[in-house]
Amino acid sequence: MHYQVDSWGYHMPARSIGSDPMERVVKLASESAVVIFSLSSCCMCHAVKRLFCGMGVNPTVYELDKDPRGTDMERTLMRLLGNSQAVPVVFIGGKLIGAMDRVMGSHINGTLVPLLKEAGALWL
Amino acid sequence: MNSPSTELPRSMAIYEQFHHISRWGDGFDSNNTGSSAIVPADVGLKNKAEYISCEQVEPSISDQETNKPTDKIRRRLAQNREAARKSRLRKKAYVQQLESSRLKLAQLEQELERARQQGIYISGASDTGCFGLPGTVNSGITAFEMEYAHWVEEQNRQICELRTALQAHVSDIELRILVESGLNHYCNLFRMKADAAKADVFYLISGIWRTSAERFFHWIGGFRPSEILNVVVLQIEPLTDQQHLEVCNLRQSSQQAEDALSQGVDKLQQSLAEGVASDLCSGNYKAQMVDAIDKLEALENFADHLRQQTLQQMVRILTTRQAARGFLAMGEYFHRLRALSSLWAARPRESG
Repeated sequence: MHYQVDSWGYHMPARSIGSDPMERVVKLASESAVVIFSLSSCCMCHAVKRLFCGMGVNPTVYELDKDPRGTDMERTLMRLLGNSQAVPVVFIGGKLIGAMDRVMGSHINGTLVPLLKEAGALWL
Repeated sequence: MNSPSTELPRSMAIYEQFHHISRWGDGFDSNNTGSSAIVPADVGLKNKAEYISCEQVEPSISDQETNKPTDKIRRRLAQNREAARKSRLRKKAYVQQLESSRLKLAQLEQELERARQQGIYISGASDTGCFGLPGTVNSGITAFEMEYAHWVEEQNRQICELRTALQAHVSDIELRILVESGLNHYCNLFRMKADAAKADVFYLISGIWRTSAERFFHWIGGFRPSEILNVVVLQIEPLTDQQHLEVCNLRQSSQQAEDALSQGVDKLQQSLAEGVASDLCSGNYKAQMVDAIDKLEALENFADHLRQQTLQQMVRILTTRQAARGFLAMGEYFHRLRALSSLWAARPRESG
């Protein structure tokens, strides 16, 4: 698991990413095989992170409470999920999987592992 | 006018009284006061008539006794009267106290009976701190307790039905209906628990609503899905290779999900403990507690969600007959745990 805090800062100036948090979310989500938007204090986010690590996956985690524009992104994610809870949110291969219940559900019904393999996050 | 002869016994009794009183230490006054009898002023109204007749008694009967010092006797009698009066007052107060205690006891018994009928969620088991009202009954939890009791009854009935159906080798269609009812029944339980979690999540998490043996295996508010899969797998052989693979995958993924949720709970405990322990001067920890309760409720809901998903996947992997055997095995497993708990509860206790 590796934590991205300032990676986008190195590649281009903050302004050109766009002030639109949705763009930011989509961009970050497509940069790695498995992306988790999280809050460092959140126990649910911790559970999701542990789930992937337990499976041998190395997700990219963005802690929104450590991000200067984290609150905007949180709001965007809330709207995206239609949920009062913004995090944790999981993207696999750039595609939105969903919140905790969706992730767990797909793991139990066996659809999560093929998705991970497809995204290159898991090898047999 | 009473004849002296009939009056004599009564007046003798009064003289006895005199005699008795004067024996308490007073010396006898040898002076003979003559024929007039010494009459105590107010031994009682009913005795007045007797005193009058006393005068008719022969002075020779107990002349010496009548010559006692009247002051001391009077004082002694007065003290007696006072003591008797105080005794009567004390007795009255005691009786009043007994009466009010009796009323209070009747009230308490009534309350207890009411609570017992409503389902045993009494204030002793609930929080009495800032987050719960002390001494009140939580109606959400009371409702859950009643519903859960009915749920268990219905569960036992379904187990019997499954057993009979499997032994009678009924058609797959009929078995399918039973399997669906079994699955629905569990979904009902999870719905009930979601409501109960809103009322008091700690109650669910504690497992106090389950029997002792079940409580030993308690995991985040209920049974552990992987444990149930282990119970079921033993009963549903033979499995095809494909089924075998899928069951193994299911067992592994549920175990991984369980571990992840357990770590989520650990993290919640850790952050709450840190929050409560630090900042002891400010009131911040209360808000943290409220937040923790919300998170715990979410974790409990996720755990139930995991249980439901596991059961549904199990039904998907197995044939109808296998699924029926699986539900029967599950039902019997919990029934045995509950029965063991009853035996345990009814064990003979050592006295003292």
